[in-house]
Amino acid sequence: MSALSPQTEALVPEPSDGRRRRDLTTWLPTVRDTLVAIVLAFAVGALLIMMSDEEVVEAVGNLVEHPGSFLVYAGDFVRHSASAVWDGYSALVLGSIGSASSLERTLERSAPLICAGLGVALAFRAGMFNIGAQGQALVAALAAGYVGFTFDLPILIHLCAALAAALLAGGLWGGVVGLLKARTGAHEVITTIMLNQVARFVVLFFLAKEAFQRPGSNNLETPVVAESARFPQVFGLHLGILLAVLAALGVWWLLERSRLGFEMRAVGSNPEAARTAGMSVAKVYVAAMALAGMLSGLAACMTVLGLSQSVTENVVGSVGFDAITVALLGRATPMGTVLAGLLFGALSSGGVRMQTAAGVPPDLIQVVQALIVLFVAAPALVRGLTRVRRRATTETKEVGA
Amino acid sequence: MRLEINGLTKRFGTFTANDAIDLVVEPGEVHCLLGENGAGKSTLMNMLYGLLEPTEGTIALDGRPVSFSGPGDALAAGIGMVHQHFMLVPVFTVAENVMLGHESTRVGGVLDRAAARAKVRELSERYGLKVDPDALVEDLPVGVQQRVEIIKALANRAEVLILDEPTAVLTPQEIDELMDIMRELKAQGTSIIFITHKLREVKAVGDRISVIRRGKVVGTADPGASEAELAELMVGREVSLVVDKDEAEPGAPVLAVRDLTVIDPRGHMVVKGVSFEARAGEVLGIAGVQGNGQTELIKSLLGLVRPDAGTIELDGRDISKHGPRQSLEDGIGYIPEDRSHDGFVGTFSVRENLVLDLYRSPEFSSGPRLKLGAIAQNARERIAEFDIRTESAETPVASLSGGNQQKVVVAREFARDLKVLIASQPTRGVDVGSIEFIHRRIVASRDSGTAVVIVSTELDEIYALSDRIAVMYDGRIVAVVGPDTPREQMGLLMAGAVPDPDATPDATPDPTSHPTSDGAVA
Repeated sequence: MSALSPQTEALVPEPSDGRRRRDLTTWLPTVRDTLVAIVLAFAVGALLIMMSDEEVVEAVGNLVEHPGSFLVYAGDFVRHSASAVWDGYSALVLGSIGSASSLERTLERSAPLICAGLGVALAFRAGMFNIGAQGQALVAALAAGYVGFTFDLPILIHLCAALAAALLAGGLWGGVVGLLKARTGAHEVITTIMLNQVARFVVLFFLAKEAFQRPGSNNLETPVVAESARFPQVFGLHLGILLAVLAALGVWWLLERSRLGFEMRAVGSNPEAARTAGMSVAKVYVAAMALAGMLSGLAACMTVLGLSQSVTENVVGSVGFDAITVALLGRATPMGTVLAGLLFGALSSGGVRMQTAAGVPPDLIQVVQALIVLFVAAPALVRGLTRVRRRATTETKEVGA
Repeated sequence: MRLEINGLTKRFGTFTANDAIDLVVEPGEVHCLLGENGAGKSTLMNMLYGLLEPTEGTIALDGRPVSFSGPGDALAAGIGMVHQHFMLVPVFTVAENVMLGHESTRVGGVLDRAAARAKVRELSERYGLKVDPDALVEDLPVGVQQRVEIIKALANRAEVLILDEPTAVLTPQEIDELMDIMRELKAQGTSIIFITHKLREVKAVGDRISVIRRGKVVGTADPGASEAELAELMVGREVSLVVDKDEAEPGAPVLAVRDLTVIDPRGHMVVKGVSFEARAGEVLGIAGVQGNGQTELIKSLLGLVRPDAGTIELDGRDISKHGPRQSLEDGIGYIPEDRSHDGFVGTFSVRENLVLDLYRSPEFSSGPRLKLGAIAQNARERIAEFDIRTESAETPVASLSGGNQQKVVVAREFARDLKVLIASQPTRGVDVGSIEFIHRRIVASRDSGTAVVIVSTELDEIYALSDRIAVMYDGRIVAVVGPDTPREQMGLLMAGAVPDPDATPDATPDPTSHPTSDGAVA
């Protein structure tokens, strides 16, 4: 009947089975590209490790100076390079997943990245670039910390109150961006960047207040969060990671199964059609940014109520900006964001050991992370490279045959 | 130049877009290419223009086989193309646009504007393409912009000119002018490939007609063939261009619009005190050249644009302050003018688009949760009922053909009980088979007691569907006439002429540009 029917039959033998297969086939290239990007980034990272290794540099120097004994020094070069790269990367692996404690550290570092990454991803699906996860996390950290160290509440209730305060603060900080966009058309990239600055100075302002000052400390830091407001720990691992996974499930459900998520995706993809279909674009902008802010706020709780347990100017580190790369690598999907967050958490965690055990500067991790994102953002480049490689292998095969 | 295509085939994966196409275009011939959307016309043209590489087959110009690795090669070989969406730089003058890409310079790299201007003048005189070389392209009406595109191709010494649906964007007067230009070009030896859906144009200007269906040339005809014969060739079965419908039995007025005024964001009054009534069981056609306020009028009916004055009453209730959501819930069905812009979300699947404005109903959601099962069931039923040709319900709508995209929109709007159906350009860019289908559904909706308002710039469509016709010109409804009004009189009304048999519309050179130029002055 239709010109497409033969294909349809070949592709989709049974309607019930068809959807899963289609999902797989549509995602396969993305997964492949991402993996290739990661491998390429590590390959470039390996070059950097070699260049920062003294023995390798020496071997190269000898090679240039004594071309006569090329083979000897070439051998040196290869041997030293291999051992430098091996040492560095094995330290990275061991330091991230090699032992219970390193695995713990990986998960602890992943949790905030996943939460804030989800915030960026969610806003992105609703058609907005949320550059403001940093500011949202900062104000949320302040709120969670304040509730955590000021009040004296029963054990579970205190944690919930601190979490709620963080979500509220983050949600407001994000929601205002959505409101400004909906009401005045202010571009969210500008407003989030500005609000990041505002958040930074709001936090500094409060840290200088007596109510936020740790007694007997000269630094700008708050008192330690009460025991009752901290995340419970199991085998030394705080339960933040569990919350992060739950948040990912929640975001997935929201996007794929809920009315609001349907509206968000529609607005994110074609706001005009969404409006014509009777959706409130303004509502979606506000809701998406508020939820994004809440997820950033949750990320802040991972540190304030988990690891550091007090608030300083740098309490959330650069989680808000790392979140953008995590969401990008995760293709703005909840599952992808979790995987990307775990990868970046592992890199950050393993980077410590890489420095101590193999002497590789920790900046390498930053470079590798940036390269992954670069290669992901340039799929044409990655495809070009893989194609070249494939052609090369087929040619070798032909020669071999 | 004689263009000969032999066994040209293009496959994308397992899908054959063009299957062994043979075509000969003689020098000085207007060769019309008819075909439904998705029939493979664009693929064929893209191969001719070097944008796609043929899988098999050859292209020969004057007997010499040629192969193109890009549009540059095609241009050099003498093939020119006028795209449906013009490839002009709006802030450049006509002369600058024409020399773009092969700028001639004088000593020191200074652009030789004088030469470009002279070239434009020479070509415009030779072929009767009236255009001012120093006018900015953005200031020109669409029809004149198209002329610039043609001059650009001719300046490149194009001997085979491909016109890709050139009339889709033109007013009836501009279409007539284009036909004259095509005759002139033909007389001077240029071969033209004329791609269109519109059977009447084919008959008016074509020397030979090839019909493409499902990637194959299914037949050639001469212009003497009847429209019905051509349409049958296109869709492979007989279609009635005249919609079979009984006499309307209009009931009470459902939609009453009074003194509606809309001022656009630039401050120009685009709808100027429009009043009309749409009655249950009746199709009211709103005819007019595009840009005379129809777009804003119907957007305000749905609440997408807030009217600045006047009332819209639905069953006696004023809904002029309602937003789109309320209007939809009030029982208004809406088929937007530009479906890919307003009608569907391209990245969404067919399944999702079929509930784009229905997901709120208890049938498809409970509380915050979507009922995926019901939504999937709905998709299966609509796809079957409306014969939407899609690989599956999960296919993104953006990858369907225009006709099937429109069927998705239509299927969705007909899925609930409607008091009023507002359809703007319901069959624009839709293949003949789908047109017939959509028209039948609209008439069926009328017969079930819906008040139908059709806005169309296609007179054929207005005539085929309407029980009453309101003609819009310059933001006003200038006349409401019966469907038996002669075409000539309709043309005069659409051009803003007072319904007076002695009026000469040709005296006003370009009535179509009035709304915009008026607005710019005001």
